[in-house]
Amino acid sequence: MAKVIGAVVVDNEECKGCGLCVVACPQDVLSQNKQVNGRGYHYSFMKNPEACIGCSNCATVCPDSCIVVYRVKIQEVRNEPVLVS
Amino acid sequence: MNLADIINPNNLVYEKPKLLTENTMHYCPGCSHGVVHKLLAEVILDLDIQEKTIGVSPVGCAVFAYNYIEIDWQEAAHGRAPAVATGIARCNPDKVVFTYQGDGDLASIGTAEILHACNRGENMVVIFVNNGIYGMTGGQMAPTTLLGQVTATTPNGRDAGRNGYPLKITELIAQLPGTSYVTRQSVHTPASIRKCKKAISKAFQAAIDKKGTSFVEVVSTCNMNWKMSPVKSNEWMVDNMFPFYQPGDLKDSTKADPASYTPLKN
Repeated sequence: MAKVIGAVVVDNEECKGCGLCVVACPQDVLSQNKQVNGRGYHYSFMKNPEACIGCSNCATVCPDSCIVVYRVKIQEVRNEPVLVS
Repeated sequence: MNLADIINPNNLVYEKPKLLTENTMHYCPGCSHGVVHKLLAEVILDLDIQEKTIGVSPVGCAVFAYNYIEIDWQEAAHGRAPAVATGIARCNPDKVVFTYQGDGDLASIGTAEILHACNRGENMVVIFVNNGIYGMTGGQMAPTTLLGQVTATTPNGRDAGRNGYPLKITELIAQLPGTSYVTRQSVHTPASIRKCKKAISKAFQAAIDKKGTSFVEVVSTCNMNWKMSPVKSNEWMVDNMFPFYQPGDLKDSTKADPASYTPLKN
């Protein structure tokens, strides 16, 4: 059975810490960092990276377009994970 | 599989549209304008009309819209974007012209311009971002402010006796025969953003097909002046704005004959 794994990359300096991506995530992957970026905002980061399914909801709601989303499908063939892009 | 294997250009599913510039937007954190700009950039890229699109930016928070999307822009005086767009559209019939206006710009000082431009059926797209408040000047009451809503100039809430009633300008415009597509959308959830993108795309397609004026209202938030967090202001918008400004298509005659209004016979 195919399984989907995703990952997001947040541009820490562009993020304004509005928190809209945190509530848009269906898998509870993102969270706001306790650290602040150069402009004093609590930028988003992947708190729970294994759960990401690459649905791109976070990037869709991001008003500053600072999230990039990646996704891979993994097919289990003879118990060996094979990468299908 | 570790993160470095996933983060690879071959696996890319979503990134910033190429049409948006590298400039950091001046909008407050969580502002709906950023999402609407992104949708515009995506739609213009999808329709491949970058070279023939001309935007008219308003006065208001979106006054610097020309810094963020790489197309041709013209700045208009306060509320006069539809008048400027009329001139551009008439002189350049092969171009796709759109105006981007807020509620203070479109529903207050520019009411005459927008009503007459829509009534003439000028071939253009109007993107109307309605957050029910004057954002740039510090949160004063706008014509679209809801009854009871607290603003800087209505500290006890808007009172119908003193301040009048909120203006449903989109409903007014939907009655005009010059408009082909009038819709009200929002950008608060991923699903509503995808729906709004479809609406903007349809509006631009109607302008390419010379169907008359297409009007897309985006009910949005102004968390800074509503004095709420971006997440809370989205919830407030759903609870308070949506019962009055109901999302959905108000008019869709994009498939009908543009000259459906029959003139007098004599």
